[in-house]
Amino acid sequence: MLRIKGLTKRYRTGDLALKGIDIEVPDGQIMALIGPSGAGKSTVIRCINRLVEPTSGSIALNDVDITRLGNAELRRARRRMGMIFQEYALVERLSVMENVLTGRLGYVGFWQSWFRRFPQSDIDEAFRLLERVGLDHMADKRADELSGGQRQRVGICRALIQNPELLLVDEPTASLDPKTSRQIMRLIKELCTERKLSAIINIHDVMLAQMFAERIVGLRLGEIVYDGPPDKLTPAVLTSIYGEEDWSATIRKVEEDASEDEADNVVLFEVPRPDRDRMAGLT
Amino acid sequence: MSMNVGALPRTWRKPPLIKSAWLRWTLGVSLVVYLALVFETTPVNWARVWEGLPRGAAFLAAFFPPDFVSRWQEIVEGISESLWMTVVSTVVGIAISIPVGIGAAKNIAPAPVYYFCRAVLAVSRSFQEIILAIFFVKLFGFGPFAGFVTLSFATIGFYGKLLAEDIEDTDPAQAEAVRSSGASWLQWLNYGVQPQVMPRMIGLGLYRFDINFRESAVIGIVGGGGIGATLNTAFDRYEFSSAAAIIIVIIGIVMFCEYGSGYLRRWVQ
Repeated sequence: MLRIKGLTKRYRTGDLALKGIDIEVPDGQIMALIGPSGAGKSTVIRCINRLVEPTSGSIALNDVDITRLGNAELRRARRRMGMIFQEYALVERLSVMENVLTGRLGYVGFWQSWFRRFPQSDIDEAFRLLERVGLDHMADKRADELSGGQRQRVGICRALIQNPELLLVDEPTASLDPKTSRQIMRLIKELCTERKLSAIINIHDVMLAQMFAERIVGLRLGEIVYDGPPDKLTPAVLTSIYGEEDWSATIRKVEEDASEDEADNVVLFEVPRPDRDRMAGLT
Repeated sequence: MSMNVGALPRTWRKPPLIKSAWLRWTLGVSLVVYLALVFETTPVNWARVWEGLPRGAAFLAAFFPPDFVSRWQEIVEGISESLWMTVVSTVVGIAISIPVGIGAAKNIAPAPVYYFCRAVLAVSRSFQEIILAIFFVKLFGFGPFAGFVTLSFATIGFYGKLLAEDIEDTDPAQAEAVRSSGASWLQWLNYGVQPQVMPRMIGLGLYRFDINFRESAVIGIVGGGGIGATLNTAFDRYEFSSAAAIIIVIIGIVMFCEYGSGYLRRWVQ
């Protein structure tokens, strides 16, 4: 359970990015955070794992107030929060495997990580995750050799190998094509359900948010202007979040998408391995 | 286009680098005047130049044929001393410049550390190798040790500054991602920063090896040991053909280092 109370952030430039935000995310809930650029979505997520220091307010993960932790305790708290980034943020010159194992750095000692001598259980888990997203044959490829969708899947593995209770997801689909975007969002949702994770997903694409989130929070100028289920997002609500615009094409048509979802599910990932393709009935 | 009847054709020119026409012309004219004055006042005695030509030719002729044999022992000793200086000073210099360079990167180091390390780099960079060599020869006496200290010191300034700048240019998103996993500071450096700067730093290390060998030949002349000292002795004894041999050996080794390091750098990228 994540409890955010009165979260305020004022940047050194004087900009008030967040004006006292209150959010509670129960275990296992997938919450989408929508809002225009500059509304403070990224700031909310980064305050939770303190990549950005909050100015005031409290953030409690399982009743531990993260805003009061010292350095060592903060590191321990960060281990339980996996983060998935916009533009993937993989270390490009490290291999896929090294990038995934980066998620274990909080659990191993310095020399262990320096010599890349991770415990066998970590290696097993890394391969299991890579296999789950269809990239285990790429383990020794350098991250910059991968396509956008593949990179984001590696990013997801890196977050999950931390064994997190909470996923912080920052614009996961910002530089992906529409099809890959859906696959990535579906993967995140499936993995959250499998592992009973809660997730906060910052996302620009309102339709994707409606398709994959159970709850939507709309942010505007650092304030919450909507908090409710996806199907209550009316043109009036969207106008209150983003401003005046013709929203008729954005609102999800529930039945159409549902049938399309099933069709998409058959070809979840294009895995370039013949035995897998055969299993999926593709060859 | 018929739509634009009546509208004047709009002209466009690239805006000048210096906006104010007055300043632009003043700068241009004063540059020309200054160059004219410089040429006017450079004292060249053409008669003496003419007289000196045959003497210069005789001097150059004395280099031929290069004599590798009579001073071969000294040449080998000088070269091996220079190579020793180069290798050791490059390794020691880089080893010291890594912590200094990390401390001098603004996006990593806290302000006091940053200013201290920047000061170290500034001091190291403000003296040319020859000046340092003269100073260290006075401090430690003639010989390769003074040369080694000189080159190590100069390497710190060079390598530390470029390392600091390269760290400042790294992609913060990649480093942030490593930090968000709960990595310690050293793990964060090792996983988030080092991979981003490594290829360039290997290349620069090889480049510095090059420079250090060339400098080792120069600082020998002021007493820093190595092949430079051998060369200086040959000139002092008017053994120009031996000097020619030494110069050819230096050129050969420098070219070898340069091609070698160039090849390795391409391979690292």
